[in-house]
Amino acid sequence: MSFDPVPFWVSLHLGLWVTVLLLVICFPLAWIFARSRGRWVPWVESTTTLPLVLSPTVLGFYLLILLSPRGAVGRFFESVFHVRLAFSFAGIVIAGCVSSLPFMLSALRTGILSVPNHLLDASYTLGKGRLETIVRVVIPNMRSSIVAGVVNTFAHTLGEFGAVLMIGGSIPGVTKVVSIAVYERVESLNFGSAHVYAGILVAVSYFGVLLLNRIQRREARR
Amino acid sequence: MLHFDVKKLLRAGDHVFHLDAAYCLEEGSLLGIRGASGSGKTSLLRCLAGLSRPDSGCVQMGEDIWFRSQPELFVPPQRRSVGLVFQDYALFPHLTVAGNVLYATGDRERAMELLELTRLTEVAHHFPRELSGGQKQRTALARALGRRPRLLLLDEPFSALDEDLRFSLGDELCRIQGETGVTAILVSHSREEISRLCTEVLELSDGRIVGAGAEDRFDARRAARWAT
Repeated sequence: MSFDPVPFWVSLHLGLWVTVLLLVICFPLAWIFARSRGRWVPWVESTTTLPLVLSPTVLGFYLLILLSPRGAVGRFFESVFHVRLAFSFAGIVIAGCVSSLPFMLSALRTGILSVPNHLLDASYTLGKGRLETIVRVVIPNMRSSIVAGVVNTFAHTLGEFGAVLMIGGSIPGVTKVVSIAVYERVESLNFGSAHVYAGILVAVSYFGVLLLNRIQRREARR
Repeated sequence: MLHFDVKKLLRAGDHVFHLDAAYCLEEGSLLGIRGASGSGKTSLLRCLAGLSRPDSGCVQMGEDIWFRSQPELFVPPQRRSVGLVFQDYALFPHLTVAGNVLYATGDRERAMELLELTRLTEVAHHFPRELSGGQKQRTALARALGRRPRLLLLDEPFSALDEDLRFSLGDELCRIQGETGVTAILVSHSREEISRLCTEVLELSDGRIVGAGAEDRFDARRAARWAT
């Protein structure tokens, strides 16, 4: 039984990048979706939810078309930043972001909606602007939603397979994540090693969900 | 002098009506606004605070114009010198009593002064969930006074309290308003409460002033003058 820890480091690295990027990207989006009453909101919202229901390989296929050196985004990145997205770590970060976007977005949107409007009004009448109100009132009162978004996004990215495989392939130390390593071990009938990878993944996911439940229970008692 | 002339189309469920209220209030006075539920009291306060934008009219505090429809001018709530006590107090649940007051003033000394004024020193480090109704109301009042507002707005601050507490906190409000000299507007649907606490009274019905004047000589004829 051979055990190579590198796929875990790649997955961990990927999970952290995707979680941090989505936290930054999704907060303003979630704010707009929660507060805006524009007719366009349901259309854009449905688009951002699509990765949740779409087959990961279909998502991966379209991302590959888009991110390949002949695709619009891939060509742009290559000519401007000299970065190749297809079959690279940067490419699987983008794939992970697209695939996990609904998890972070819906958690943050729920959190923003859970903060009563009168707290925002109170902050405005106390002389604070919108940004200060978001930082000092909204974010502290939606902590459990932020934790939910972070845990769900991280756990989902850790288990991501289809979209990442389509964009990144299986390059050891670069794009071979733990779920791809499990798949390859099973393909080669190396069940012992597959058990180790899969068992660690189950344990990490379980403790993530446990942590989330404990935090949410503590918040509910406040 | 606070002068307001607020016109706004309001919707309360299926009921659509025009808020149309104009009045002048001497600085340092305590004006009571009474009226049935849905008569436009809270909407009027929100327009004065800058949380809602009137369709037309003006709001002026002394020399400062906070809203004017022609030529258009709207000063947002954070740049108006107002303090607002919400009906359900709207205390920040993640901050202690002292934290709530400090949020408004940023000055520790001023915060301690306000906690003493509102007799909250002993519960300064408690969170809102640990407070009684009266303590929550006094915290909201201390916080609203944090910025030394020129205009203090109180939206049914006693509605969630029992009879005895309403009475004692009402007196306390009068004391604090007297000591700070702030111009204040108290909204309530309780005729008794307003008669006891306020020096001047407005009565609203369907968004219009139907009675106005000094409480001891409340008179519908004056109302007609203010309403036109």
